[in-house]
Amino acid sequence: MSVTANAQVDDHAHDDHEHHHKQTFVTKYIFSQDHKMISKQYLILGVFVMGAIGIAMSLLFRMQLAWPGESFSVFEAFLGKWAPEGVMDADVYLALVTIHGTLMVFFVLTQGLSGTFSNLLIPLQIGARDMASGFMNMLSFWMFFVSCIIMLASLFLEAGPAAAGWTIYPPLSALPMAQPGSGMGMTLWLVAMAIFIASSLIGSLNYVVTVINLRTKGMSMTRLPLTIWAFFVTAIIGIVSFPVLLSAALLLIMDRSFGTSFFLSDIFIQGEVLHYQGGSPVLYEHLFWFLGHPEVYIVILPAMGIVSEVMAVNARKPIFGYRAMIASILAIAFLSTIVWGHHMFISGMNPFLGSVFTFTTLLIAIPSAVKAFNWITTLWKGNLQLNPAMLFSIGMVSTFITGGLTGIILGDSTLDINVHDTYFVIAHFHLVMGISALYGMFAGIYHWFPIMFEGKMMNKNLGYVHFWITAVGSYGIFFPMHFVGMAGVPRRYYENTAFPMFDELTDIQVLMTVFAIITASAQLIFVFNFVRSIFYGKVGPKNPWRATSLEWTAPQKHIHGNWPGAIPEVHRWAYDYSKVDENGEYIIPGQDFIPQTVPLQEDEEELQH
Amino acid sequence: MTTLLTLVVLALVAIAIWQMTKIFELSQLKAENSQIANDSDNKTNGYLLFAFLIFIYGITIFSFWNYGKYLLPEAASEHGSDYDSLMLVSMVIIFIVQTLTQALLHYFGYKYRGVKGRKALFFADNDRLEFIWTIIPVIVLAGLILWGLYTWTNIMDVNDEDDPIVVELYAQQFNWTARYAGDDNVLGKANVRMIDINKANVLGLDESDTYAADDIIVKELHLPVGRKVNFKMRSQDVLHSAYMPHFRAQMNCVPGMITEFSFTPIYTTEEMRQNPDVAAKVKRTNEIRAERAAKGEDNSDPWEFDYVLLCNKICGKSHYNMQMKIIVETQEEYDAWIAEQKTFGQNVMGQADAGSANDFGKLETATASH
Repeated sequence: MSVTANAQVDDHAHDDHEHHHKQTFVTKYIFSQDHKMISKQYLILGVFVMGAIGIAMSLLFRMQLAWPGESFSVFEAFLGKWAPEGVMDADVYLALVTIHGTLMVFFVLTQGLSGTFSNLLIPLQIGARDMASGFMNMLSFWMFFVSCIIMLASLFLEAGPAAAGWTIYPPLSALPMAQPGSGMGMTLWLVAMAIFIASSLIGSLNYVVTVINLRTKGMSMTRLPLTIWAFFVTAIIGIVSFPVLLSAALLLIMDRSFGTSFFLSDIFIQGEVLHYQGGSPVLYEHLFWFLGHPEVYIVILPAMGIVSEVMAVNARKPIFGYRAMIASILAIAFLSTIVWGHHMFISGMNPFLGSVFTFTTLLIAIPSAVKAFNWITTLWKGNLQLNPAMLFSIGMVSTFITGGLTGIILGDSTLDINVHDTYFVIAHFHLVMGISALYGMFAGIYHWFPIMFEGKMMNKNLGYVHFWITAVGSYGIFFPMHFVGMAGVPRRYYENTAFPMFDELTDIQVLMTVFAIITASAQLIFVFNFVRSIFYGKVGPKNPWRATSLEWTAPQKHIHGNWPGAIPEVHRWAYDYSKVDENGEYIIPGQDFIPQTVPLQEDEEELQH
Repeated sequence: MTTLLTLVVLALVAIAIWQMTKIFELSQLKAENSQIANDSDNKTNGYLLFAFLIFIYGITIFSFWNYGKYLLPEAASEHGSDYDSLMLVSMVIIFIVQTLTQALLHYFGYKYRGVKGRKALFFADNDRLEFIWTIIPVIVLAGLILWGLYTWTNIMDVNDEDDPIVVELYAQQFNWTARYAGDDNVLGKANVRMIDINKANVLGLDESDTYAADDIIVKELHLPVGRKVNFKMRSQDVLHSAYMPHFRAQMNCVPGMITEFSFTPIYTTEEMRQNPDVAAKVKRTNEIRAERAAKGEDNSDPWEFDYVLLCNKICGKSHYNMQMKIIVETQEEYDAWIAEQKTFGQNVMGQADAGSANDFGKLETATASH
């Protein structure tokens, strides 16, 4: 079955190659159907544009937290009428945290990360000419583009953008009289997200179909690099859970605009009783978190895949426990869909349900622990090439452990009671999914930059400076934050001055903000390095990291269809690093890696793990 | 001033980055001009990884040393001590795992930093190792889950045993109201549709419900020490969350439904003020406030410790200042206080006999408590 499918694709792609040589600027750079170009489009729009806006917003509200009520000219410059005389307004503070969360979780770490690397690596690492449907791929990107535009347009509304927190719980998000952001701002937020979800679904379906159908000859599922496994499973989780968010968004739109009562009941606001009767905000919470929790794995799984791959390449060792890694990805994916209730222990749902969700939530720690130990063992007795990508991978394991461990506290319904919705939660998820996913993304960009930009390489010294400032800064921001949470400070407070019991915590807030400013500034080094390398980067060797996977066998110069001749055939898994024969000599003399395209040598055992 | 400070910090960072790039570049002069890590990069970054391990330990110790004292004081509720011991044990486990795994990760990064020509070990699998690090988390987590669920079930079991007082916490943008069930200890029926601002029926009590007459509506929560309280939470507009951190208690207030939480306070406000941790915190805070007063800034009055109820679910513009004072006092003080409060009947329904019903009920409660 798969052989014939491959043969067909092979012929078809050859046709493509012959007939589509003349490309205009528009078909090549704008409405491109080439996965390599779409990947770069996602990277620039999702990561660089949306990421920069999201991070800049966090700096604004961090300054407000450290120096509450102070006047800053930068507030006046960026916030205009929402910062009269440079003092930030309380409504715009909530708008900033809301849009920061939305941009970072959905736009940067979901579509930015998956869109960039799934598009770039799936065809190249499985040995395909392109995605199963180039047109759908293009459509997915342009819907994402429209969604970005709508979301950004909402920032310029008279009453401001959505401000009900990134989880937009009704009734706050449903009632325009509850806060200014719940008017037009929320409408645009919902519209943008609906389009975003459609974009994400089209993209995910394409990834799944491509991985299942377009693997080259010899590329069985257990020979796939772990990156592909991660992207594949991520796409499946997206397909399972994003439609539920869409339904939540649609029902919310109905409640807002057409007077239904799905999520609303018994409301008296601003002197009048509203007609809503019989709905429940808790229902919305269930629908939201049925996506919302798998969402954090949609964010972290691609990063895990990238880290596994980068780590094996740079350790010059096979990833430890390949099959266990796949099993844990699958286990995490499965469990991720049945743990959503741990966001709702104190929402008013039946405490018995809380018990069930505690059980499933703590179970998820097991595959996570297996992954962490497997990464650590991959380093053991390696010959570590500490490239910037490798440092970010090690950094990712470090923050994943630090952030993940506090999940044991938050996942325990009992302990959640007192730290729920405090800064403890903020510290937890920023380390375990925010910073970790960003590290995975950075690792990917440093590692695959030569694939994206025709052999050019990023400057490693700027990469080292970028990594070390970021690594120190991230811990500097988020480690002390746990203490703020354990002192009982709730999240989404515009300032903490209304409670004398929080007075003495201001010095921690200042420390975190200073670290945040330093860390964010360090990202400018990365941007500079990235842009400079696109234009002035030196072309390195074809396979600079001496990796086994297929993407490095493609010519540096991009061509439509990826490989000029036949698609390479695969004879082994992607992790034959430092494999030796009985005499302790490398299988290929003088070379510590065996590309997947090299047939098994005589007397060589295929160690299929 | 702070703008200046920020600019100075930024400038210093910029200089540091510029200097570091220079150092890196100088150290690279001799080596080949390639963007792939060479032995000297591996060596430098290997050492830095080791230094980073020390940094992680350092920031942990620094945080505990400096910020440990900021954590919430001893729990002031009966179930709170169970909560605190589960938290302590979980924290100890977390720190053991954190210390070990970070050590392994960064030490391996340093120890096995690349050297040209060295052979890495082809080590792809080991069932026994993987079994070990699957089964250990299973056992530890099973313990934590069982203990956690046992505690959870106890905490969340809101029942009528031990003669609890029944109090409604009513949330709205942006303040709290408490309603005591009165002498019959049963809350009168209520719904937002019955709110009548003109008659000051702000919680929407059903005026025809006889249980409502003796309900007492107040803006300050008083609780007798040692007596179980069953809270019924309601919200009239958006989601709120009743967060009482000193009692390890929190529950969302959801429009359209009544949520519940129950706890028994064990220290009066006065006793809590004597707690050495709390006293030290008050002293530190008042030093900060005195400094502010000296500079003529706001928010500088001396502070006295009080329990507090905070809103902990984003609810709009003044979410950050939605609070209510909680006073835990002796039974006598509580009785005296509640006797001074007017009932709903007296305030709104204008019932002449509401007062006498009140007295009768009080007598009954007094007998029951003996």
